Amino acid sequence: MHQAPSTKHQILDWLQAVKDPEIPTISLIDLGVVRGVEIDEATGAVSVHLTPTFAGCPAMDYMKRDVERTLLAHGVPAVHVEISLREAWTSDMISDAGREALRRHKLSPPPVLGNRVLDLDFLEYAECPNCHGNNTELRTPFGATLCRAVHYCHVCRQLFEQFKPV
Amino acid sequence: MDPKLDLLYRLADDQLILGHRNSEWNGLGPILEEDIAFSSMAQDKLGHSLQLYNLLHELGEAEPDTVAFTRNAPQFHSCQLVELPIGEYDFSLTRHFLFDHAELLRFEALATSSYEPLAQVARKLRGELKYHALHANTWMKRLGTATEEAIERMQGALNFTLPYALGIFETTEAEPEIISSGLFIGEAELKSRWLESITKVLAQTALELPDFALLTPVNGGRHGQHTEHLQPLLDEMAEVFRLDPTADW
Repeated sequence: MHQAPSTKHQILDWLQAVKDPEIPTISLIDLGVVRGVEIDEATGAVSVHLTPTFAGCPAMDYMKRDVERTLLAHGVPAVHVEISLREAWTSDMISDAGREALRRHKLSPPPVLGNRVLDLDFLEYAECPNCHGNNTELRTPFGATLCRAVHYCHVCRQLFEQFKPV
Repeated sequence: MDPKLDLLYRLADDQLILGHRNSEWNGLGPILEEDIAFSSMAQDKLGHSLQLYNLLHELGEAEPDTVAFTRNAPQFHSCQLVELPIGEYDFSLTRHFLFDHAELLRFEALATSSYEPLAQVARKLRGELKYHALHANTWMKRLGTATEEAIERMQGALNFTLPYALGIFETTEAEPEIISSGLFIGEAELKSRWLESITKVLAQTALELPDFALLTPVNGGRHGQHTEHLQPLLDEMAEVFRLDPTADW
């Protein structure tokens, strides 16, 4: 058991082990789902703020339990996980490491939006995770999970999935 | 009714009922991708309704599950468009096109609502709704420029569905206060933006919009008047919940 309250750095380090339940290469931190960590200096209790990638994401309860389980296993005395839309998730919140992790899972990372408006043309663009070319075509904006779209690469002649820009 | 509650119930009930209807395509879609698309949009819409019922709960209304599963048809504020059975794919696609264009524009407007909790939800939902509009546009354009049979069926579906779609914009007694308090731009303004938006897409097809002056909007839904199709839907939707409302899932 840890006697002294953990540092924020340490909590974030431990949370790196909590992966997306459906994409085991990416952590919730790199996905941008973890929006904040607060430590109560007096009690050592930790509050974690999560926000869903998609409002109807059915994996949120699982992620919440996973965060609780992981921190409790490291000896954090109490864990409070809050899920809210206070800081609504956008695909720009995926870190560079997260984008690499998506590629490792053969998922095309969403293009960075910056200050651009997410227009309908933008949703049709994706880079092939196999050959990295962009001669691709959106086949359907709805894939195996809410956060994935299905594209086709004209070079590889393969279907591939993209983590949707939103 | 308080303007906030009035607006939230309309938004949430539309999402819940159309979400349930979309889910009925699960296993029946004309092609696998459409099966998945309607099922995914169903999942999105149920998620959206939950966010809105959560806001209602914060304002003192009952728990989301209680609100969703224990009311009967006259207590629902959804428009009649969303409760109609899925019918053939031409109808479901047309309903999806007409409804989701209105929904996308509605949540884009709500992103600047004076009621900050709703604005937060809207800023999240509008990004997701873009995919719904994109999907609807793709298929309206594809079928609306395809064979003679496809065009004829889509035109028939459009003519049938439009009066119900106008019911989306039915106002309630709270409308003046909803607008004056900055909660929402109001249904009339939304309707004019919607008309512009669907006209742009339909212009790229062989489909024609009828003269709106000749259409009678199917109203009533916002005041609890529904078709015979809503109560059986609610009974089916709540069947498991009502077996044991206290069960912990």
